[in-house]
Amino acid sequence: MAKKSVYMDYNATTPLHPAVKEEMVRSFDLFANASSMHEPGRSARNRVEHVRQQVAAYIGAQPDEIVFTGGGSESNNTVIKMFTCPGCDEHCVHNDRNEIITSAIEHPSVIEAVEYMESMGKKVHFLPVDSTGKISTNAMKKVISERTGLVTVMLANNEIGTLQDVRAIADLAHASGALVHTDAVQAVGRIPVNVDELGVDYLSFSGHKFYAPKGIGVLYSRRTKPFCRFLHGGHQQAGRRAGTTNTLCIIGMGKALEMVVKESEKTNARVKTLRDRLASGLADLVPDIHVNGNLDSGLSNTLNVSFIGAEGEAILLYLDMEGIAVSTGSACSSGSLEPSHVLLATGVGPELAHGSIRFSLGRESTDEDVDYVLEKLPPIMQRVRKMSTVYEGGCR
Amino acid sequence: MSTGFEWVYTETVKDHFTNPRNILEDEDSFAPDGRGIVGNIKCGDQMLMVIKVQDDKIIDCKWKTYGCASAIASTSMLSEMVKGMKLEDAYKLRPQDIVRELGSLPEHKIHCSVLGDRALRAAIEDHYKKSGQDKRIVHEEAKTICQCMNVTDRDILQAVKDGAHTYEELQFRTKLGTVCGQCKGKAEELLHEYTHLYG
Repeated sequence: MAKKSVYMDYNATTPLHPAVKEEMVRSFDLFANASSMHEPGRSARNRVEHVRQQVAAYIGAQPDEIVFTGGGSESNNTVIKMFTCPGCDEHCVHNDRNEIITSAIEHPSVIEAVEYMESMGKKVHFLPVDSTGKISTNAMKKVISERTGLVTVMLANNEIGTLQDVRAIADLAHASGALVHTDAVQAVGRIPVNVDELGVDYLSFSGHKFYAPKGIGVLYSRRTKPFCRFLHGGHQQAGRRAGTTNTLCIIGMGKALEMVVKESEKTNARVKTLRDRLASGLADLVPDIHVNGNLDSGLSNTLNVSFIGAEGEAILLYLDMEGIAVSTGSACSSGSLEPSHVLLATGVGPELAHGSIRFSLGRESTDEDVDYVLEKLPPIMQRVRKMSTVYEGGCR
Repeated sequence: MSTGFEWVYTETVKDHFTNPRNILEDEDSFAPDGRGIVGNIKCGDQMLMVIKVQDDKIIDCKWKTYGCASAIASTSMLSEMVKGMKLEDAYKLRPQDIVRELGSLPEHKIHCSVLGDRALRAAIEDHYKKSGQDKRIVHEEAKTICQCMNVTDRDILQAVKDGAHTYEELQFRTKLGTVCGQCKGKAEELLHEYTHLYG
């Protein structure tokens, strides 16, 4: 097969949906400040508020519970850092609950934000996960108390696709009077997301994971729960997030969500078939592999595989030379000496974590893409393993 | 994750990564005169180097590695560099020598290439032992000060003797403290001590 370009890194980001691109191009001249009183301003505001309604409807919320942000990381930081609020007004989160509960496999924008909270004097509990990445509610029962202020747990894991039982976690948290946040960045567009069914008080997601542009995200904040703003300096979005509204990207995200409603069921089923074929093809063609996470219960677009006796960055770059884009949990790609914290938390051990490759598929993935990877990967693995010090002797 | 611009490494690194030289295929038929293995796959890198020796020169060198692209490329490059080299010269090779031949490596990658020279030294020492030349083994009681660049207190002493008087000059000569920077305090102490004694 001739060299082609195969993108299998949809969990990192997605290309714009053509309909999104078209809608954004059509709206490019809509430059007015959505906070302005004049007609062009009102016109921009109408578009923004329309999307706010769309987003709210999609996740089962009210429009005034939706705050547009710069992305998932900002949404996550906003929620977590509320808990340093010294008491800004009577609606703020300030209370004497000094503990935060999260999991060992969160995104860095949660992990590093709660570590920052630790440095501010909060106590943080990192819940362990099982071999598939699931949080044990028993572990949570041991640490939750009347001292818990916030429980923040991701809905779908970016590296291995594990889905958490957020509802059960939220019920436990609420029983102790804690507030509940979920990072749903990898979930929206891939599985149904409804704030009441999940039982959460706050929820984060980001446009660019479902074919909208980068730089636009959402923070859902339940009406009846406190909210402290992160960005000060303007009255935009009812004073909850300062900064001139990113009208164009909001319009793009609205269109993307419309397409999710129209297409995602069909797309996700097709993507699952492709992912499953890739998984079984790899199992047939490449010996000594270990599938991370759980293909049956996790995100249906994600396949995370560890190749015994091989190092992930080398595999990634050999694939890259063939035009195949994937990612790895190896330390070498991150600049640190530690491999993926997610894989280590599932107990696979550093060797397997260093040898992990994540394939994440999406709406433009094709049967030909899967064929191409299944053609190119086996010889690459033979090559990497042939020069490996550990393949023949150690692990076999 | 891989970056999109150009390539993550220099053309030389890419060349050695794409076409690694001197991979060891069958150790038994190679029948090495010296064998050295260093590193730990828990840390993501392990290297094996084997050498053939004649007239006190390395006449052939082969290797295996478990590691990233720069580990593969740097070991490949080292195996080319040492062919025909006198044992005593090869014994003195340091990571900087490999990095120089490769053009450059991203700073955070340099710890990978450090293993190549250590594996080679281990292979040479193995040869010395096997051939009854134990006395040629330099029993370095040297302590590693900079883990990232594998710079020892001996290296710092040598740099001071060669004229390094400030921390910056020490960094320039040894590349110490240019990755994570954790060794700065210890290195400055030694610089002070050695400058006092030998400077």
